[in-house]
Amino acid sequence: MAQHDDGGENATAGSAVVKSEPPVVSPGTAVIPSDAFENPGLPPHRLRATDLDPHKDRVAERRVYTLFFLSIVGSLFAVASYVAFPIIPGNTMSVRLNTLMLGLGIALGLLAIGIGAIYWSKNLMRGDELTESRHPIRGSAATRERAVEIFKEGNEESGFGRRTLIRNTLIGALVATPLPAVVLFRDLAPAADPVAQLEHTMWAKGTRLTHDPTGVPIKAADVTLGSVFHVIPEGLNDKADRLEEKAKAAVLLMRLLPADLHISPGRESWNYNGIVAYSKICTHVGCPVALYEQQTHHLLCPCHSSTFDVTNECEVIFGPAKRPLPQLPIAVDSEGYLVAQSDFHEPVGPSFWERT
Amino acid sequence: MTVTETKPPVAPTATEPASTVPPSRGSRFTGAAANYIDERTSISGLVKELGRKIFPDHWSFMLGEVALYSFVVILLSGTFLTFFFQPSMASVNYAGSYPPLKGLDMSAAYSSTLNISFDIRGGLLFRQIHHWAALLFIAAIGLHMLRVYFTGAFRKPRELNWVIGFVLFVLAMAEGFTGYSLPDDLLSGNGLRIIDGLIKGIPVVGTWISYLLFGGEFPGTKVVALFYSVHILLLPAILVAALGLHLLLMVVNKHTQFAGPGRTNENVVGVPILPTFAAKAGGFFFVVFGVIVLIASLFTINPIWTYGPYDPSPVSAGTQPDWYIGFADGMLRLIPPGWEIVWLNHTWSFNIIIVILVLPLFLGLVAFYPFIEGWITGDKREHHIAERPRNAPTRTAIGAAGVTFYAVLWAAASSDLMATHFQITIEGVIHVLQALFFLGPIIAFFVTKRICLGLQKKDHEIALHGFESGRIVRLPGGEYIEVHEQLDDYERWRLVSYNEYKPVMLRPDSKGRITAGERARAALSRWFFEDRISPVTTTDIERSAGHH
Ligand code: FES
Repeated sequence: MAQHDDGGENATAGSAVVKSEPPVVSPGTAVIPSDAFENPGLPPHRLRATDLDPHKDRVAERRVYTLFFLSIVGSLFAVASYVAFPIIPGNTMSVRLNTLMLGLGIALGLLAIGIGAIYWSKNLMRGDELTESRHPIRGSAATRERAVEIFKEGNEESGFGRRTLIRNTLIGALVATPLPAVVLFRDLAPAADPVAQLEHTMWAKGTRLTHDPTGVPIKAADVTLGSVFHVIPEGLNDKADRLEEKAKAAVLLMRLLPADLHISPGRESWNYNGIVAYSKICTHVGCPVALYEQQTHHLLCPCHSSTFDVTNECEVIFGPAKRPLPQLPIAVDSEGYLVAQSDFHEPVGPSFWERT
Repeated sequence: MTVTETKPPVAPTATEPASTVPPSRGSRFTGAAANYIDERTSISGLVKELGRKIFPDHWSFMLGEVALYSFVVILLSGTFLTFFFQPSMASVNYAGSYPPLKGLDMSAAYSSTLNISFDIRGGLLFRQIHHWAALLFIAAIGLHMLRVYFTGAFRKPRELNWVIGFVLFVLAMAEGFTGYSLPDDLLSGNGLRIIDGLIKGIPVVGTWISYLLFGGEFPGTKVVALFYSVHILLLPAILVAALGLHLLLMVVNKHTQFAGPGRTNENVVGVPILPTFAAKAGGFFFVVFGVIVLIASLFTINPIWTYGPYDPSPVSAGTQPDWYIGFADGMLRLIPPGWEIVWLNHTWSFNIIIVILVLPLFLGLVAFYPFIEGWITGDKREHHIAERPRNAPTRTAIGAAGVTFYAVLWAAASSDLMATHFQITIEGVIHVLQALFFLGPIIAFFVTKRICLGLQKKDHEIALHGFESGRIVRLPGGEYIEVHEQLDDYERWRLVSYNEYKPVMLRPDSKGRITAGERARAALSRWFFEDRISPVTTTDIERSAGHH
C-alpha cells in the first residue's frame, strides 16, 4: 500500500505511463506531447456562508431539524389518512382520496428526510474536497507471482494436470449433470403434439356463427350491407378451454356487394350472398384484426398496421404480414342461421415452422 | 513488575477515551457495541478501508444512483404487492367492489389485481409506486448508460463493469415485461400474444418454445404463474447478484471524475463516504423514493380496470407496449410486406427472423463497444478521467447514430398514432421511417461529428487566444479592436487536458506480413481519428504569443 502513496495532486495528467509498475503499459496510438500543459492543481477553496457566519450556520441547523420534524409529521399524517380516508366499496372517489392522502403523507415523510440530509451535507458538513490517490488495479508483481504459485501448487498437489483421466471424466460428469434439468421442462406443456392443435379450430360443418361475446346465433337476414360482426362459434362460451379456442376461432363477418368480391376458383360457394367470414387472427403475429374500413373494405390490424383487402380474399396490401386471412366457408341452415361449411382450410394466425 | 508492564492489555477496548473528558453514557454504549461487533467480525478493517473513501461529485454521476434507489423502491413495493396478488389464471367470477366488472369471468390474477386497486387501502398507491419506480428504473439505467458511453467511462479498467451494466439493463427490461404481463389484462395479454407470434416464427424450435412457455396452446393457464416465479424470484436474484458485482467493481475501480484542475488520472477528488457522501447519497435515496411516491399518488398508471380481463378477440386502436419494449415492436412494423417463404417444406418467417437477428446484433454492439474501441486505439492504460463528449468526436458520433437508430424504431412503434395525429397515411409514416432506419443514423453521425469538431475548434481558439472580453479599445492609429482576455490556468486546463489519438500506421509484423485483422484495425482507426484537433500545448501558446 505504502508504495503507492506518492500519487497525490502533483501528478500530471497527460503522463502517459503508469509510474509505479515495472511493465510499461502501451498507450496504443495515443499522442503524448512533451510540451503538454501542467495540471495547475486544485483551485483555492472558497468558504461557504455557513463557514463564515455563525448566524447563518445556526439558521441552516434549524432548517435541517425542522425538515426532519416535518418528516415525522408526514409519516403520522399517512397513518392517520389510512384510518381517516377508508375505501367505500363501489366508490371510486374514495379510492382516489385514499391513494392521494396516504401518498402525500408518505411522500412528505420521505422527501423531508432526503432534502434535510442533503441540505445538512451541503451546508454544515465539511465543504472542501479531499484527494485520494489511485493505485493500478492489477495486483503487485509479488502478489501476482504468488497467485501463479498457488495455482501451480494446487495443480501439483492434486495432480489435476497430470492425472488426465480424472480431469477429463470430471469435466464430462459436470457437463452431463445439468442435462436432466433440460428434460424436466418438457412437462410444462401437455403430451399432445402442438402442431396438430395449431392446424384445427372449433369450427366444423354446421357450427352456427354467433355473436361475440354473447353467443347469440346470427341470421343471414340480419347481416345488412356494409355491416361487420365479431363472431365466435356456437358453444364456445361453455368450453373449459374457452380462451384457447377463441384465440383460434374468432371470426369477422362482413357483407359486401357480391359484385365487389373477387373470388378465386374453388371458393365460389364459400360466401352467402356477399356475406363473407374471415379469421380475425392476424397472420403476422396474431393480434385480433379489429378495424374495418367500410368505404375501402380494408381490415386493419392495430398492432403493426398490416392491412387486408376484403374484396380480394383478404390479401395483404400493406404491413409486415405475408399471408391473407384464412376464409371460413359459410352457408345458411334450414332456420336461416349462418353456419360453417367446415373448419378453415388452413391453420389460422401467425406462421410457424411446421406450417406448409 | 516490569514484566507486567510490557504485557499487552488483556482486553483492549474501543471505549478507552482518548481525551481526559469522561465519556457520556451514549458514547460509552456506542463504543461497547462497536467493540462487541468488531471482536466478532473484524469490521473495523472495512471501516478503515471504506469509511473515508472519496467520491467525486457531478450531477451526471447521480443517474446510476437514481437507478439503484428506484430498484430498492421496486423491491419494497413489490414485496407488499406479493402479499395480495394471486398468480393464477384459474377462472373466477369477480365479486369485488369495482362496479363495471362485477359478475364477469376473469382470471384470479386479474381479479386480485382489481382487489389490490379497489379493496385494499394503499393498494392502488403501491401498485402505482411499483409501476412508476419500474419506469424510472429503466429510464435511469438508459441515461446512466448514455452518460458512461459519452464520457468514455467504459474504458480500461471498466470494460467488464460496462458489460455487467448492460446485463442489468437487459434484466431490467425483462423484469418490466414479465411484471407488465402479470395482471392478465387485455393490454398485457395482447403483448403476450405478440410474443407468442414472435416465438412461433423462430425456425425449428419456435412452435415448441411457445407450447412450453404457455403450457399448451396460447393463452393457456400457466403463463402468469411462470412469469410470476421469473419476475419475483429468478430475475431479481440474478439482478441483485449482478448489481452487487457492479457496485463492488465500482468500489475497486474507484469512480471516474471529469477533467479539471487538480484532478488527474492518479487521484480522486471529492467528498468522503463518511459523513458527506453518506448524507448526500442517503438523502438522495429518500428524495428519489419521495418523488416516486408523490408521482404515484398524483398520476394514474396502467389502469387495468379500464382495459378489462384478457380476451383474445377485442383490441383497441393505438395499443402499445410499455415504452421500453417499443423499439422491438417498432422494428416489427418496419418490415416490408411479403417477407415470408415456404422452403424445404417449412415456413421461414423472415418478417420475424430479421427482427430477432437485428435487435440482438444492435444490443451486441452496445455490449461489446468498449472492446472494439480498445482494440482500435490499442491503448492499454487505465483511464479514470471522464472525457467531455466533444473530445472524442467519432465515439460521440457513433453514440448519436445509435441513439437515432433506437429513436427511429421507437417512433415506429407509434406510427399509427403519428399518422392520425399529423393527418397523414400510415403508409407514408412507415415509408419515411423505413428510409430513416438507414439514413437517420448516418446523418446523425456526420452532423454530430461536425458539431464536436466545431466545439473542439472553438475550445482550441479560446485556449490559445483567450476569450472576447467585450471591451473595445481604440488604437492610436484610430482602429477599434476588441480586447482578448487570456484564461487563467484553471480554466485553460479544462480545455487542454484531453487524450488525442492518431490513426494506426499499417506496418508488417515480424514475419513481414500484414494481417487482415491489422488492415481492418487500420481502416477503423483512420475512420476514428483522421479528423482531429490536437489539444493546445505550451509550445503553441509561446508561438502564438510570439506572433503578437
Ligand atoms: S399482428 Fe397484425 S400486423 Fe402484426
